[in-house]
Amino acid sequence: MTYTASAFIGVAGAVLLDLVVLRTFLLRRKAFWTSYAIVLMFQIIVDGILTGRGLVTYAPSTVIGWRFAYAPVEDLLFGFALVLQTLAWWVWWGRRAHQARASAGAATRARVAAPTRARRSSTP
Amino acid sequence: MTRLLYLAVLAGCLVATLPLELVLGVRVYRRPRRLLLTLAPVLVVFLSWDAVAVHARQWSYHRLVGLRIGNLPIEEILFFVVIPTCAVLTLEAVRRRRPSWRVGDEPPP
Repeated sequence: MTYTASAFIGVAGAVLLDLVVLRTFLLRRKAFWTSYAIVLMFQIIVDGILTGRGLVTYAPSTVIGWRFAYAPVEDLLFGFALVLQTLAWWVWWGRRAHQARASAGAATRARVAAPTRARRSSTP
Repeated sequence: MTRLLYLAVLAGCLVATLPLELVLGVRVYRRPRRLLLTLAPVLVVFLSWDAVAVHARQWSYHRLVGLRIGNLPIEEILFFVVIPTCAVLTLEAVRRRRPSWRVGDEPPP
C-alpha cells in the first residue's frame, strides 16, 4: 500500500473514531477547527524543517509527488488524522470522568435517601 | 549539530507551548492521567503505522542521534508524545479564550 492510500485510511479511521466510535463529534465544533488551524500552521513549519533538511525522506513510489513546503501532501492527511484522533480521545476521557462522577454522586444520594434498600441491593 | 536537529525541533514545540500551561492555565500537564490515557491509544496506532511504513521502506530517517526502539528512532517515538500533547494544549487554550465554544466534555449543569 502506498503512503497516499494509508494516509486516506488514517483520516477515515480518525473520522470514524470521532463520529461513530467515541461519538465526540469534534468535526462539528468550532473549537476543533480553530485548534486544527493553529496546529496546522506549526505542522507546516516543523514538517518543513524535517523534510527540507532531509531528516525524513520518502520513497518516490509511495507518494503522489505533490509537495507543500518541502513535505509530501500526504503529511497533511497524516497530521489531520493524528490531531483528530488525539483530541477525540482527550474529550472522550474528559466526558467519561464527568459521567463516572455523576453516577457515583447519584449512587451516594440513593444510599442516603434509602439506606436499607441500598444496603440490601449491594449485598444480595 | 544536525543529529540533534529533530530533538531540538521537538523541544522547541514543548517550549513554545509551555506558556499555555504556565500563563494561560490550561491545566493539561496538571491532568497527567487523562493525558496519558489520551496518548496511549494514539501511540499504539501511529507507532504501528510508522513501524510498518519504515519496514515497507515508504520513508526513512537520516542523521538522527541513533537510538532506536525496534525499527523506530527515539525521535519518532517522542514525536508522537510531543505533537499530540501540543494539540491538546492548543484545544484547551482555544477553550480558555472562547469559553462559549462547546468542546463536548463539559460537566453537566
